[in-house]
Amino acid sequence: MEHIRTPKVEQVKLLDRFSNKTVTGTLHLTATHLIFVESNSTSAQEIWILHHHIASVEKLPLTTTGCPLVIQCRNFRLVHFVVPRERDCHDVYSSLLRLLRPASYDELYAFSYNPKQNDQQREEGWQLVDLGTEFERMGVPCDQWQLTDANREYKVCDTYPRDLYVPITASKPIIVGSSKFRSKGRFPVLTYFYQEKKSAMCRCSQPLSGFSARCLEDEHMLQAISKANHNSSRFIYVVDTRPKLNALANRAAGKGYENEDNYSNIRFQFVGIENIHIMRASLQKLLEVVGTRSLSATEYLVGIESSGWLRHIKAIVDAAIFLMKAMTVEGASVLVHCSDGWDRTSQVCSLGALLMDPYYRTIKGFMVLIEKDWISFGHKFADRCDQLDGDPKEVSPVFTQFLECVWQLMEQFPQAFQFSEWFLIQIHEHVHSCQFGNFLGNCQRQREDLHLKEKTHSLWAHLLAEQQNYLNPLYDPTLAETQPVLEPSTQPFHFKFWRNMYHQFDRSMHPRQSILKQVLTLRESSRELENTIRSLESKLQTYGVSVSPVAVRVTRRERTLPARPRSLILGAPLSCKEAQQQQLDDEPVVEAEEAREAEEDDGGGLARSCGTRTVEGSSATENGYAELDEAFSSKPKPAVVSLEFGVARMTC
Amino acid sequence: MEFSEHIKTANVDDVVLKQPFHAPMKGTLCVTGHHLLFSDRSGDSSWQLLLLLRNIDAIEKSVENLLGYSSTGSNIRPVGSSGTITIKCKDLCILQLDIPGMEECLNVARSIEALSSLDNVTEMYPYFYRPSWLSLDDQWGLSTLEKHYDQLGALQVKWRLSNANSDFSVCPSYPPAVIVPQSVDDQMLVKAARFRQGGRFPVLSYYHQKNGMVILRSSQPLTGANRKRCKEDELFLQAVMDGSERAYIIDTRSAQQAQQARMTGGGFESKSCYNSWKRLHRHMERGKVLQESLIKLVEACGDQSHSMDRWLSKLENSKWLSHVHSALSTAGLVAECVERDGHSVLVHGSEGTDTTLLVCTLAQLILDPESRTLKGFLSLLEREWVQAGHPFQLRCAHSAYSHTRLRQEAPVFLLLLDCVWQLGRQFPLALELGEPLLLRLAREAYASDFGTFLCNNEQERCVLEVKDRTHCLFQFLLRSSEREHYVNPLYEPTDLAIWPSVQPQSLHLWTGLFLRWSDHTQTMEEVREEIWSIVTQHCGRG
Repeated sequence: MEHIRTPKVEQVKLLDRFSNKTVTGTLHLTATHLIFVESNSTSAQEIWILHHHIASVEKLPLTTTGCPLVIQCRNFRLVHFVVPRERDCHDVYSSLLRLLRPASYDELYAFSYNPKQNDQQREEGWQLVDLGTEFERMGVPCDQWQLTDANREYKVCDTYPRDLYVPITASKPIIVGSSKFRSKGRFPVLTYFYQEKKSAMCRCSQPLSGFSARCLEDEHMLQAISKANHNSSRFIYVVDTRPKLNALANRAAGKGYENEDNYSNIRFQFVGIENIHIMRASLQKLLEVVGTRSLSATEYLVGIESSGWLRHIKAIVDAAIFLMKAMTVEGASVLVHCSDGWDRTSQVCSLGALLMDPYYRTIKGFMVLIEKDWISFGHKFADRCDQLDGDPKEVSPVFTQFLECVWQLMEQFPQAFQFSEWFLIQIHEHVHSCQFGNFLGNCQRQREDLHLKEKTHSLWAHLLAEQQNYLNPLYDPTLAETQPVLEPSTQPFHFKFWRNMYHQFDRSMHPRQSILKQVLTLRESSRELENTIRSLESKLQTYGVSVSPVAVRVTRRERTLPARPRSLILGAPLSCKEAQQQQLDDEPVVEAEEAREAEEDDGGGLARSCGTRTVEGSSATENGYAELDEAFSSKPKPAVVSLEFGVARMTC
Repeated sequence: MEFSEHIKTANVDDVVLKQPFHAPMKGTLCVTGHHLLFSDRSGDSSWQLLLLLRNIDAIEKSVENLLGYSSTGSNIRPVGSSGTITIKCKDLCILQLDIPGMEECLNVARSIEALSSLDNVTEMYPYFYRPSWLSLDDQWGLSTLEKHYDQLGALQVKWRLSNANSDFSVCPSYPPAVIVPQSVDDQMLVKAARFRQGGRFPVLSYYHQKNGMVILRSSQPLTGANRKRCKEDELFLQAVMDGSERAYIIDTRSAQQAQQARMTGGGFESKSCYNSWKRLHRHMERGKVLQESLIKLVEACGDQSHSMDRWLSKLENSKWLSHVHSALSTAGLVAECVERDGHSVLVHGSEGTDTTLLVCTLAQLILDPESRTLKGFLSLLEREWVQAGHPFQLRCAHSAYSHTRLRQEAPVFLLLLDCVWQLGRQFPLALELGEPLLLRLAREAYASDFGTFLCNNEQERCVLEVKDRTHCLFQFLLRSSEREHYVNPLYEPTDLAIWPSVQPQSLHLWTGLFLRWSDHTQTMEEVREEIWSIVTQHCGRG
């Protein structure tokens, strides 16, 4: 708290990013959040920004109306405040600078976040996802694959998890020898086992081959992986996810890639995914393009193309498809690596497994997948997401890309996933929020040192508890049987800009009505009606009336539908804090209902309008068809309907 | 029948048909006066393809004179030659026929070329289409302007129905009856018409019941290089104002284009002569540019070998989405003037038969809940496109594949359907019509069994007795058996205006149309069915 100089600033203007709309309100600064509360409006909008979400704060030159403060967030929110007095602005600015990048882990929100759970519930939360069980589900250990205790004490590789699965013929000396020949000691281990063909997906880091070095143990290791697969024609694919040029450059530094002559029976393949720096720059370019005001369709498409973002996304999906085909069609085992084996390797392995295994396309399974290929195998979340004040060159949207690839697949297979895109967006939110312990730190060892399981809560428990919000109403579980392996098309037109992610806070950008929301609501109300019928039937039975199929006439009950959280994007769940706030706001609804009925009895036809004059807040002004403001400003403002405890009133 | 002279080979056996979503099939090909018929009776169930020749946009043929063998059942007979015909349809589907025999192949190709490009309207299929479930005595068309006028009670105080054009002498491309201000008599009307290109004087397009404001449409005034004036035209627009202090003219050309139009006798309403009308220019592409845009887009969608960058650059280069963008934002502007600003609007470009209609139609969809119902939408199309004289025959003579030199073709109607689709994407509950209807209309406008889209205007339809000798598509689509394919299962009426977002991030490529023949559409079809079943389940309970 000592960093907060000015906890509250009044009369702050919030400018809309894409239109000329401004709202005035009060800015509050707390230990964890920056809060903007709109004033003088009955349906006051509130914006809660977690300090950890802030990527950058910028103070622009003073203007006549005040001092502009632009805050860019990792969840792609961009807010533009104008603070009337420069001193206030400077205070907020310097407080934020200090708050947004904590120096040590214990300052992170996760260590103070308390969702009213007792210790037992918290422990249960951490036990939800168990990787041992997951490997059992895949059918490992088996006659060819075993659990090794070589890394029990993190002695062989400190960025790997304790429990690792290797071929039974890979003895400890081979493991240790191989790990010495691999960058950061990340030797080849099993990550996914495709039971049907007994083909294995293994991952590692690049070999320290330089121009000519070789390592017998490492060669044995690959041999062992190949032998563990009886039905294959005795070769494995070694997939280097880097562009060939990068791999070649690495040789000069004593690293590099496998020489096909030294390894018997490997088929080596580059797939050309760019490195973290290019990805970071690409996203930045993309965000710049789509953040431009009054962007034309041409500028937009040219900008998307020149950012290269979709090309990178496609490269990752292409690599995953290669894995899927090799393992399911050819039945061959695959070894994947990049440089250190924690960025591109995680992307490609997890996406490949997602294509092959319908389990990973369920809510629970997706959590397991992230836990396995990202968290346990040491994707450096702390560095990539900039959790602590670190090296900006280490930051990169690698995980965001993975989520986007999944979204692209969801667009192609709308019925194959149990979850909707809100699930992905929510996960993305929390990867950066540092509100839960799961993604803190860079590897398992570090997480143990931080005692995260004792001190923080698990995101998975939180998401499972509200999984209702993330269901895909079109999900067809039978597809898991009939079409277990997804074979996506790689035609470029299937790759689209993910508006709901990168514009999630830009209201004017989104459809005003949501199919997803509507279908979910229909499903819910169907379920409710069924319950009503059932309870009525049982009541009848207690009275001794035999139940005959009576046509139960229930009028449309829009009012009694469970209130879904309102959000900028329809159907999108709110962030935690805003959702809590929402619940408080929703409580007076009962009174409002009565008020509405009373008014309707009076024949108050006006009350029937849906609260806003246009559909769910779509408005001409926001879209800016023209700068007609000059022409309009002389006119009195058009009648506005405002929402007051759910009762619509016309005001002039 | 005269068609027979175009048909040298009517039947060919052992033709292999390759088409999207199907394995190649072998069967008999038959050419008739209006159709290409392919039937495969070899399997357990016979399979047929009936393709309207009018739907064929272009064909490509290649013949090989090599010795080969083709087997039919147990017999093997030598074939001297064979040929392949690639048929590119106006609905963007591409079929391929492998025909044994060079002679046959060339004959079939020649027949298709001749029969698919017949210019004589009365020889077209709608004049021969006589299914047992339709009768020529059925009502043709959904409504007339007279009926439309009768329904709008509030309008009648200040607006009247004029029959000045009952013999199409005032404006050949207008319907016999039009709605004009009460205070404008027919004489004035005739004079004002002479001052507008093609006689398209300002007429009522939409009456906004909430505030009594209107959208009018016309063609450009013929001011010419020496700034001619027309008192009647000025008085006409003065009468529309009806006391309010301001109104807008939305010119769908850029200011520069409007200036240039004066050199060829056209022009714009100058500020000095129409002082309370504020003129805004919104440049929209038309004609050839639009047609070329469509051709480029379809070409980009058809090439399967693109890299990501090449696809994006081709998509951009086609400029199709820019056209969608400008159509929607101009319509948004018109609607904004009417609803938010409370002023009347006159829309025109040059001829007033293309972009003008596009903008007026979209503005009505934004503002008028009635026009978002299935029937309302079809009535709107009937009133604002068919009756208002959009030259369908000229504009839709060819589609994206044609090699013939383009004359008057322009996919303005397709652009409208695309924009409606965009509205539906942004407001999935607000439109009663679903994507299948838009796709059906996109096909019917280019090749149809029905007479609705024949000819260029009502006068031509009258002369050729379209309404007596063909069937009406709109009536047919509203039959209960058809209707259910075309309604949006999630429709929930709303009285509010629907303001579309026109940011490029909110506009999408209409995959349902342009990538219809890629495998993608099938999953979308399944999704649609799933939504239907959820909705019907709900209705069953509710």
